[in-house]
Amino acid sequence: MNTWIEKQRHLIDFTVASLARRKGKNLGLLSIYGLLVFVLASVALYTHALRAEATKVLAGTPEIVLQRLVAGRHDLIPPGYIERIGRIRGVQKKEGRLWGYYYDSVVKANYTFMVAPGMKIARGEIVVGPALERSRGLAAGNGISFRSYSGELHTFIVADVLPQSSELVSADLVLMHEEDFRAFFKYPEGHYTDVALSVANPQEIKNVAVKLMNALPDSRPILRDEVLRTYASIFDWREGIMLALLAAAILAFGILAWEKAAGLSAEEKREIGILKAIGWETGDVIKMKFWEGLLISLLAFLLGYIAAYLHVFHADAVLFEPVLKGWAVLYPRFTLTPHIDGLQIATLFFFTVFPYTAAVLVPIWRAATTDPDTVMRG
Amino acid sequence: MIFQPAIIALLLAAGLSLAMLLIAAPFAAQVIRHWDIASGSERQLRLERLTYLFSTLVAFVCLIQILAALLFVFNADKMSVMFVGAMCAVGALNVNEFGFPALYLQLALFFLAALWLALNHADSRARDYPLVKLKYALLLAAIPLFAASLALQMQYFLGLKADVITSCCGSMFSADAPTLASEVGALAPGPAFIVFYGAIGAAVGLAAWHWRRRDDLSGYATGLGALAAFVACIAGILAFVSLYIYEHPNHHCPFCILKPDYEYRGYGLYIPLFAAAAAGMSAGVLRLFARRPSLAQVVPPLTARLAATAAIGYVAFALIASLMIWQSKLILIE
Repeated sequence: MNTWIEKQRHLIDFTVASLARRKGKNLGLLSIYGLLVFVLASVALYTHALRAEATKVLAGTPEIVLQRLVAGRHDLIPPGYIERIGRIRGVQKKEGRLWGYYYDSVVKANYTFMVAPGMKIARGEIVVGPALERSRGLAAGNGISFRSYSGELHTFIVADVLPQSSELVSADLVLMHEEDFRAFFKYPEGHYTDVALSVANPQEIKNVAVKLMNALPDSRPILRDEVLRTYASIFDWREGIMLALLAAAILAFGILAWEKAAGLSAEEKREIGILKAIGWETGDVIKMKFWEGLLISLLAFLLGYIAAYLHVFHADAVLFEPVLKGWAVLYPRFTLTPHIDGLQIATLFFFTVFPYTAAVLVPIWRAATTDPDTVMRG
Repeated sequence: MIFQPAIIALLLAAGLSLAMLLIAAPFAAQVIRHWDIASGSERQLRLERLTYLFSTLVAFVCLIQILAALLFVFNADKMSVMFVGAMCAVGALNVNEFGFPALYLQLALFFLAALWLALNHADSRARDYPLVKLKYALLLAAIPLFAASLALQMQYFLGLKADVITSCCGSMFSADAPTLASEVGALAPGPAFIVFYGAIGAAVGLAAWHWRRRDDLSGYATGLGALAAFVACIAGILAFVSLYIYEHPNHHCPFCILKPDYEYRGYGLYIPLFAAAAAGMSAGVLRLFARRPSLAQVVPPLTARLAATAAIGYVAFALIASLMIWQSKLILIE
């Protein structure tokens, strides 16, 4: 075992020295390789962080949201509707929610107006999200007027600004008192936007949803898990499409690697010839070339991955943000939580090291099986 | 659901592996028909040269296969969030009927790849390449398996549609479901304990015996012992090791232990287990060729080393499993 390690160590020593002798060529390959890893890793890291963020956001939402449909469209929950649900075993809490969208022509963006269930907000006061604070220059104590859809002007005092940490969910949020909300939108008395149900046991959620469908055939229960699954598959799909598009880049890189490995300079050929003349076997030359490929691969992988990490988590993924994140006027500003995932690294490894190795196998063999006398004579 | 990064990677690996083996196939046929180490003909020289290329190529395919088997399980676990009722890899693999066959074939190819690498190693050590025809015959035989693996994975991944209701690991490994895995899971902890430690003890003993004796009988016994112990260990993980890890008397799933919720403890179990099983079986298979004159010097130390690896692997596995059982707060057997 020790002799084996010794042998590999010497081979690596030799390989490093020989790589250093051809700096230009190898640095070129290394930078292209690193760039490929960087692009792929940026996509993977970014989508993964977005997925993790979505999961975190949805963790606090109710297990089931019940909407009423009229002619296949979302409609208000009329009075007495919630009572018709009756007692379903497993449901801890059910409450009607009030929320709606308001288009602000000043900043040309939509706000979400909502009655906060757990918060005490006095009449005439509102609590706003951080994006609103930025776009309208609001601070606690300021007054702001909105023109309602009926044409009246309503003035509110900003009581508080929601903390930055919740920005992903609260960027465009305006929280207000229930009576203010009903007055502003002329919302009919006793009506609600939808119903939120909390179910403690995750295995009961499906049964509760089935019972809801039976009790209220015109309703549409939306499960939190469904939303979560949909987000997961959308982000995965976006990532997959990006990778499929980048397949051309991987292919081009494979061709480049083949070219680089096949285009042995006269000097390299001489080197291999001399090595074989002094007693190296074909297998040894292949091993040396293998170490060369492995060292370049690992170095490129490491550099590319670190660069991608910095790009995504410290530069906000400027290059891919528009494609992967989606778009909105009041888009929340948020810092992604750095997260490294084993599956992701393994997948990246398959996308980069595998094609590289496959591409250089044949050229390496060609180089290793050349006859010493033909090279040295030539 | 083909546009998932890990799925693309797996299909890429399976497709490229198959392509490489197909490229190697005509050469393999030539070797089987024309290889003659005593000849100095041009063709023989060409073949000898090409063996370097194709040995490296197949070795590479084998290594990729070993990694792909890992990635497959890893990915199945990750995908489980997308299916109603799927809580871990079992649910994701159960989404359609191709999931588990694809996994089993991956694992079979893993062991085949390990065996081929061992044969290749022994062959390249001998002066006259005594196993070269066998190696390439095995390669030809493996091509349909690799093709089947690609086809199964294709079927499996193409058939995946997020939201299909699947049985989760709880219902599959519960005592009344009539599948094979559930029967193993329903094995009573008491007998399973005896079989588990008995088989590991036997495998370690046989391997140690072969390490000292280095003869045919002990070699074959090591191979068979490693295989039997592998089956017993998987049965043991299903029957009681997983229960102790989950601290739950009915949760038999062999995949959930790979999750971060259980500190990835499954890797601590599976890596030594698979390494030990592959090493032990390779020792048994290599012993078949110990009588070839040029291998007489090569095989005995090699199989002894493989047997030692198997013994160390199984001991490590047993220690890790025992430690997990000891640390668990679950009481299964008074």
